[in-house]
Amino acid sequence: MSEIENGVTEASENKEAITSLLFQLADDDFLYAYRGSEWLGLAPHIEEDVASSSISQDSMGHAAMYYKLLEELGVGNADDLAHLRPAHERRNSILTERVNGEGFYMETPNYDWAYQVVRSYFYTQAKKVKVDSLCQSSYKPVAEVAVKVKMELYYHRLHWETWFKQLLSSTDVAKKKMNEAITRVMDDFGDMFSFGIQKQAIEKYKLIDSEEKLKENWLASIEPVFAALQMTVPTIPETLANNGRNGEHTVDLDEALRTLSEVYKVDPVASW
Amino acid sequence: MVISESASTTRILEVLKKVKDPEIDSVSIIDLGMVEEVTNSGNTVKVVLLPTFLGCPALEIIKKNTMDAIKQLPEVVEVEVEFAYHPPWTSDRITEEGHVNLRAFGIAPPPRHFEEDGSWHVDCAYCGSTYVTMENIFGPTACRSILYCKSCKNVFEAMKPVSTLM
Repeated sequence: MSEIENGVTEASENKEAITSLLFQLADDDFLYAYRGSEWLGLAPHIEEDVASSSISQDSMGHAAMYYKLLEELGVGNADDLAHLRPAHERRNSILTERVNGEGFYMETPNYDWAYQVVRSYFYTQAKKVKVDSLCQSSYKPVAEVAVKVKMELYYHRLHWETWFKQLLSSTDVAKKKMNEAITRVMDDFGDMFSFGIQKQAIEKYKLIDSEEKLKENWLASIEPVFAALQMTVPTIPETLANNGRNGEHTVDLDEALRTLSEVYKVDPVASW
Repeated sequence: MVISESASTTRILEVLKKVKDPEIDSVSIIDLGMVEEVTNSGNTVKVVLLPTFLGCPALEIIKKNTMDAIKQLPEVVEVEVEFAYHPPWTSDRITEEGHVNLRAFGIAPPPRHFEEDGSWHVDCAYCGSTYVTMENIFGPTACRSILYCKSCKNVFEAMKPVSTLM
């Protein structure tokens, strides 16, 4: 407990950098979990439905922890931070906000499982690289949460890597869909390791490894899988149309926020 | 003259043994190793719990049940229950009694060891056979997996092992 308090005291000087990083981590997991939950009842088979729901639930738990750390820093109530912030205040990566495919969950969802597998695998691997680094963060409260997240992430990573390898070792149709999904996911990967305008401060205070180091670790972590599949490791785009870390988003995020905050806004004082 | 006696830690622990996991009612929060700290100063009791899985929806219920249980001790006036993330909860915190009580519910306790490739093995929760297959590493709750026993032909569950070595 005293360690957490010390962490907060030390934070006064670099609070802006910590807050910014926590929003990036929280919003990433929040949107990733939300998009994952849209597969409920739609996943390819019953076992996958159970697994996907479990992963989404864990990821929502991770987001909740990061929002809680923000609450402890006096930024606002965790539930409000999750539900009520408008799109331009969100710091999630573009990849996590993307729709699962055409149509809407309640009407005619025509979602793309290949896209979900590739997005989840690449995102989870990126999350692992970040969480490994966060375990050594100079900000103790986030380092402690990272240790917890890491243990649960082990199972997520294993799950998505299995799907990724199996579909890419499957039929020609599966391979084609997977390769198209890889292209689409990588088109949105430019801000995955970006810290936005807070880059300097976040790196200076050693809250997490540098953007460059994280990219390098991510590429190295997927290299053996690509080598085994006799595929070339994809390139992370250098230029990006929108940087989610600076609050630049697509219309997909507006749609997600409208849906996910609908019930919360009906009765904001209800206990969840 | 009123003598306010402080609740003995032994009595508090006795009460905490009655606080069950809402989703596995044969095991208590003591069995699961969720109780990290019990501070008892005068008539105020503070309990620090470690969450098992971060997204577990049972956590708030456990917190409430813990408070209610301690409040039943007549000598206690104030109760405070909070969750902490350090040290992290790991599955090796589950006690021997916890292992017995999990089995009684039809859940294989988490294995103590991982194989070199990171995989793990448990025996059937019902018949003890080692001839089992993993059906789904994800189960009905965040902390459980689903397996199948080829000997007694039962589906059973296992508590997922989680460790800082992962």
